[in-house]
Amino acid sequence: MITLLQLADAATGWSWNPAEDLRQMWAFPFMVNAFRAGTIVAVTAGVMGWFMVLRRQSFAGHTLATVGFPGASGAVLVGVSATYGYFAFCVAAALVIAAVPRGGRDGGVQESALTGTIQAFLLACGFLFTALYKGLLGGTTSLLFGSFLGITTTQVWVLLAVAVVVLGALAAIGRPLLFASVDPDVAAARGVPVQLLSTAFLVLLGAAAAGTSQITGTLLVFALLVMPAATAQSLTARPGLGLALSAAVAVAVTWLGLTVAYFTPYPIGFWVTTFAFGCHVLARLGAFAAGRLQARSAAPLTAGGAA
Amino acid sequence: MAVPRQSAPRQPATPAEPVVALRGAAVRVGGRTLWSGVDLTVGAGEFVAVLGPNGVGKSTLIKTLLGVQAADGEVRVLGRAPGRAGERVGYLPQRRSFDPSLRMRGIDVVGLGWDGNRWGVPLPWRPGRAAARRRIDEVIELVGATRYAHRPIGQCSGGEQQRLLIAQALVRRPDLLLLDEPLDSLDLPNQAAVAALIGRVCREAGVTVVMVAHDVNPILSRLDRVVYLAEGGAVVGSPSEVITSETLSRLYDTAVEVLHTSDGRLVVVGQPEAPARHTDRHPGRQGGAA
Repeated sequence: MITLLQLADAATGWSWNPAEDLRQMWAFPFMVNAFRAGTIVAVTAGVMGWFMVLRRQSFAGHTLATVGFPGASGAVLVGVSATYGYFAFCVAAALVIAAVPRGGRDGGVQESALTGTIQAFLLACGFLFTALYKGLLGGTTSLLFGSFLGITTTQVWVLLAVAVVVLGALAAIGRPLLFASVDPDVAAARGVPVQLLSTAFLVLLGAAAAGTSQITGTLLVFALLVMPAATAQSLTARPGLGLALSAAVAVAVTWLGLTVAYFTPYPIGFWVTTFAFGCHVLARLGAFAAGRLQARSAAPLTAGGAA
Repeated sequence: MAVPRQSAPRQPATPAEPVVALRGAAVRVGGRTLWSGVDLTVGAGEFVAVLGPNGVGKSTLIKTLLGVQAADGEVRVLGRAPGRAGERVGYLPQRRSFDPSLRMRGIDVVGLGWDGNRWGVPLPWRPGRAAARRRIDEVIELVGATRYAHRPIGQCSGGEQQRLLIAQALVRRPDLLLLDEPLDSLDLPNQAAVAALIGRVCREAGVTVVMVAHDVNPILSRLDRVVYLAEGGAVVGSPSEVITSETLSRLYDTAVEVLHTSDGRLVVVGQPEAPARHTDRHPGRQGGAA
């Protein structure tokens, strides 16, 4: 039965010989580029996502990614590469969100209402741009839900350059940023420029979201931006290990997603998101089980100590 | 001036140089003068409490000393302008507790107090790393938090979090510790334990402590001096001088009575509430015993 299916799907079928399959897949330059771009984007998203989850700025991250959609479709409409549209709009949106003054304790709520309003409007703009562009735009679907086809070598270089800048900047500001995220009052008293770091982080997040959008689509950025980070944080509370784990999970699900998407007729966005979701569920279950186990083994220990 | 105490091993504040010096200090927030004409000189190793009704600007006094809030008059901290003494000042802000889902270990939060303000990547093989580790472990041991320092801080109890944060404030061996209501929201045994810890740090390490308090009783026996802020003015002196019926009545311009209970606690009766326009900042809390 399997053999029959394989024969029917000979072009891209899984041959059960992994080495041969990988060789066949990587024989195509577009797949090599997809793996390069995917790896670059996954590392950036994994690291930036860890900070985003810690700072509880997932909503801002989602908004920045969504803004990439009108950016990309607008860029295509005026005849520029979608890559530049993503970056221009996402970084500009980051600056706008950072510039919106937020007052006092209710600032958070106010910010989310405003952010949500702008997000919906820009999504609608993106829809208009795709409607205005009557040509063969790779489809609204791939902008929204991701695609690995047609990633050019130039695009890979742009993604790499942006990733180097983003990760380099993050390495420079990472420690004060962590301090400002966990303990803003004390950090400010120690001379950490909390407000400036918050703006800088949003801009870096915008760039990371723009890069991620190009693999997962604007609506599924969380597959790489939130899920690996949340998975890592449910497994470890150590900052260094968490960052490494987050990046590793992001790279793993991207590679797995690309491979499976190549050999099946279903889209990349679905696979990457599904694998990331699977990782997260497993990590949660594992952490829960470990907690129960620890509680069970700790209980008699304390009883013994008291006796 | 308090009795001379053993000074810290490194860079002790010279007797001539007060740790905190305010002369004619005043703070205006939003066009309203919170307090003015505050004169205060705090020497090395003194334990000073800042008391007063809600909304009178106690936290603002701490922020002034941190250099986060601008003030009129002369303000000097460790002989320099406020905010310039860097890691020689330890700070514990008025605290909401950490989010239970925050995935950061207590030891990492303490570690941020060590070098969280430095730029760049903390490489595991950099020089001084071992010394930093030792100091962080030592200060966690000092506050008695070793048992839970490796747990995510959000999962620690209020008292445990407060101890870890005191460790964070102490990790750089500051000369001055600024504490904003550190006993607030702790249960009574934890209040006593944390007060004892702060008193011990002050006495043994010679650290000067300026502490905003809502209730003076847990720290009464350890206090050298009290700053009592009231609407527009302030009185500075020993607790027995300041927390008296006469002084508080004069300060508030209304009859206030201070009662001494049999176990030495002070109860302030008839203390006027701060005007209603301030009390909304701390809903559910009324000025109780001072």
